[in-house]
Order: sequence, then structure tokens, then C-alpha cells
Amino acid sequence: MYGKGLRALSISTVAVMAIALGLVFFYAPLEAEEGFLQKIFYIHVPLAIVALCGFVLGGIFAIQHLRTRDSRWDMRSYVAIHMSLIFAVGGLITGSIWARGSWGHWWVWSEPTLVSFLIVFLLYATYQPLRFAIEDPERQARYASVFAITAGAFVPLNFIAVRLSTAYLHPRVLGSASNLPPQMALTFLVSLLGFALLYATLCKFELTAKHTRAQLRALRRRAELRSGAQGADGWSGEAAAGRRTRTAVPALHPSATMAARPAARPGG
Amino acid sequence: MKAEVDAPPRVKAPADVSAVDGPAPADASARTPRGPGIGVTVGALLRKELLVELRTLESVPGMALFAVTTFVVFHFALNRDTIDGDEAAGILWVTLLFAAILGVNRLFVADADQGGFDGFLLAPVNRTAMFVSKALALLAYLVVLELVAVPAFSLLLLGPSLAQAFPGLLAVLLLGDIGVAVIGTLVAALAVRTRARDLLGPLLALPLLVPVVIGCARASSPLLSIAHATGPPARWLLSLGLYDLVFGLIAFALFDFLLED
Repeated sequence: MYGKGLRALSISTVAVMAIALGLVFFYAPLEAEEGFLQKIFYIHVPLAIVALCGFVLGGIFAIQHLRTRDSRWDMRSYVAIHMSLIFAVGGLITGSIWARGSWGHWWVWSEPTLVSFLIVFLLYATYQPLRFAIEDPERQARYASVFAITAGAFVPLNFIAVRLSTAYLHPRVLGSASNLPPQMALTFLVSLLGFALLYATLCKFELTAKHTRAQLRALRRRAELRSGAQGADGWSGEAAAGRRTRTAVPALHPSATMAARPAARPGG
Repeated sequence: MKAEVDAPPRVKAPADVSAVDGPAPADASARTPRGPGIGVTVGALLRKELLVELRTLESVPGMALFAVTTFVVFHFALNRDTIDGDEAAGILWVTLLFAAILGVNRLFVADADQGGFDGFLLAPVNRTAMFVSKALALLAYLVVLELVAVPAFSLLLLGPSLAQAFPGLLAVLLLGDIGVAVIGTLVAALAVRTRARDLLGPLLALPLLVPVVIGCARASSPLLSIAHATGPPARWLLSLGLYDLVFGLIAFALFDFLLED
């Protein structure tokens, strides 16, 4: 179920990314002041935008988790934030390279977007330590969701606060996509789409992998139980195992089926 | 059968709400099926918090001492006798923030270790009351902390006189405290039942408090400068107030989910 559409998604991601890179290197004009260096814009900005949207998306999934109590939403929230963290590292590194190339410093405090991005990244970097410091899986999911919602709301607030704090904006060649020349804007949008698709594909891969691993674990447990039951009490082993396979109930322990029998009698 | 299962919590609840030996003011009304109103619960819990702090003196004296020591450390680290303006605002707020985090780290420890959460959950009361009372208690700790730390700062490090800055600084301190109390309470509740709570509390709190620090430092910087400005810039007070409000609502909405087991 989770793997459905994975192939189509992967192929379209590869195609759009290839088109985007082609446009970046062969179609988009060289920027007058920065020259070739400016092309990192087509990688850095989409990475950062997708990472931020992914953080907020993780928060929305977490709201769904707290509302429905369905652990699948928690898994989606986890995967969204996990992937966004990876994208955010990419965004920070490319941003730093760009800053070094165009302003001469690896880090500039006068660029509010970069600074806010770092703060958001530092906050989300605590997501996994928080999550994996809680043992009980149900509480882990709940606490992680509370964190994801708080942090998701923090993302826009933090951007506003940091932007307020910088009295002037660093003179930027390209502030937003709106004042770009049309060729650059097209390249940027295709590149953004490519990175969004890459994000979606990677998330889907991770979700599928997690789901498959859980399934595999359940199957293995069942197989172990069956062989254990056959070895231990031969008289009920085969019958119990056969019933388990037909009804596909995840068996917990051989004694569970034994204990269930007397309880079932008065009802039936 | 069902009544028997339900009965123990009702008997147990009032005793455990005040985990210490103080009397339980909610005792009488806790026996009614609907439970006491949120105001009564908040009052009882806040009274318990302050009583515990008064008897154990676990947080506030440590916070105040930390703040004063940090000013001494800053004097030597910066090699300056007096500071003003941006520097003064920055040092004041960094010190207050780190001192506050000491209190945040201890806020729920007794409840998690000594069964305060269990007692509270067994009581038929509104869960949000715990958030409100803890945030109010933390706010009270911060006010006491500042009663010590701000005069000490003025005495030890601040160049310009505190008197001229006082009315404006009071507003900034109050708004900053509310922000720290709200976010600190939420973060403390998030971190307290994890394995690495002493580490996670500050790690979670600092990024979330960056906007509070921005607002407070920028608003108090003109107040603490030698060429004294008339008052704190309104836009910083406004943005601080908005941040407090938004995070207050978020914490209010989410806190119940941290108390479910």
C-alpha cells in the first residue's frame, strides 16, 4: 500500500530534476554582477523553501495525529521533519557557500532569512534527541507531536521576529522570485518543483521502508511463535497456528490463545 | 465492579493534589462529580507550588545567586567596570535567561519523580489548571529573581543610573517574563519525562526564546544607554506582547496532551 506509485514518483522526480539542471546550466542567463556563482540560487533557495514547508507540514501532520490518535500520522510527521532536517543542512551549506562567494564571509548576520533559518534549524535539531529520549512509544508519539506543532508555529513567528530585528536589509541581488527576469523565474520554478518532488519521493521511500520493516518484524515474530508453539505444545500448536494464519490476527504469546478460550465460552 | 474501580481515585485525589503536607483546599469540592472550577484548582496548585518553594528553597535562591555570580564573571570576562546600551541590555538578558532556565529545569522535577503528576491526573479537575499554575509560579520566581538581579546589575556593572530607565524597563521585564514563563513551562513539561531532561530543557528552550531575547534586548538597549531615550520603542513591546500571546495560546492548547498518562 505504501509502495504504490513510488516508481512513477521517482521517475518524474528524476525527469524534473534533470530538466531543472539543464535549465540552470544552459538556459538561465548569467547574472550580471555575480556571474556563474549566482546559479547556486537555484539550488539553495528551493532547498530552504522545501525544508521550511516540510517543517510546517510536519506540524500539520502532528495536529492530525493528536486529533485522530492514528500512529500513521505521527510517522508521517516524523518523516516530514526528518527529511526537512536533511534539506535544511543542505540549505545552510549552500547558503554559506553563496554568502562566502558573493559577500566574502561564510556567515552574515545582517541577512535575516539566513539567521532565522539557522534558529529554526537549531530548534528542529532537538526533535530527534527529544523523541528518542522517551521510551514509551505512545508517549513518544504524543510528545513529538506537541513539539512538532509548537515548532511549526514557531517557524513563521521566528522569521517575523528576526526580520524586525535587522534594521536594514542587506542589499540583495535577488530578493524574491517576483522581480526576477522571466527566464530566471522559469528556471527557479522548475527547480523548486524538482526539489519538492525530490522531497516527496524521499519521504515516500522512508515511509515505505518503515512500513515494510514493521511488517517484516510482525511476520518474523509470528513465524517464531509458530515454530515455538509447535515445539512446545504439540497438541494445540497446529490448530492454533492454523487459526492464526486464517484470521491473520497478530499473535502475542501462546498463552494468550489459551487464556482466551475460557473467556470466550460464556459469550459463545 | 465499575464503581470499585472508580472509587480509589476519588478518595486518593485530594490527598495527592497537594503532594506536600499542606491542606488541600479543593478537598470538599473534589468529591462532587463535576470537580472544582479552574480558578479554584489553579489557586490550590499555585499555593502548593509556592509553599513547596518556600519550604525547600530549591529554585529561586539558586537562580538569584547564579545571576549575581554571572555578572561578576562578565566583569572579568569583558574586563569592563561599567557597561551601557546594547552591551548592557545583552548581558542583562542573557543572564536573566540562563538563570530562568535553571528554574525551568526544576519546574516539574518533583511532580515527575514523586508522583505529583499521578496525583493530579487522578483528581477530577481541569488539566489546563496545571499549566496555568506552573506558569504563574515560574512568573513569580522570575519576578523575585529580578528583584535581586536587576539592582545587583545596576550596582555591579551598569553605567547609567537605573532610576531613569526604571518605568520603561519594568514593562520590558514583565513582557519578557511572561514569554519566558509560558515557553519555559511548556518546554519543561516536554522535557521532564525524557531520559536527558537536564540537557533537553535548555536545548528546546533557547531557540524558542530567541525572539523574546531579541525583543527584550532591543527594547531595553535605549533605556540603558547613556543618552537616555524617553521610553522603550513601542514596536518591540508590541512584538513581545504578540509573541507572548501566540505562545500562550499554543501552550494552552497543547499542554493537555502532555498529561495523558
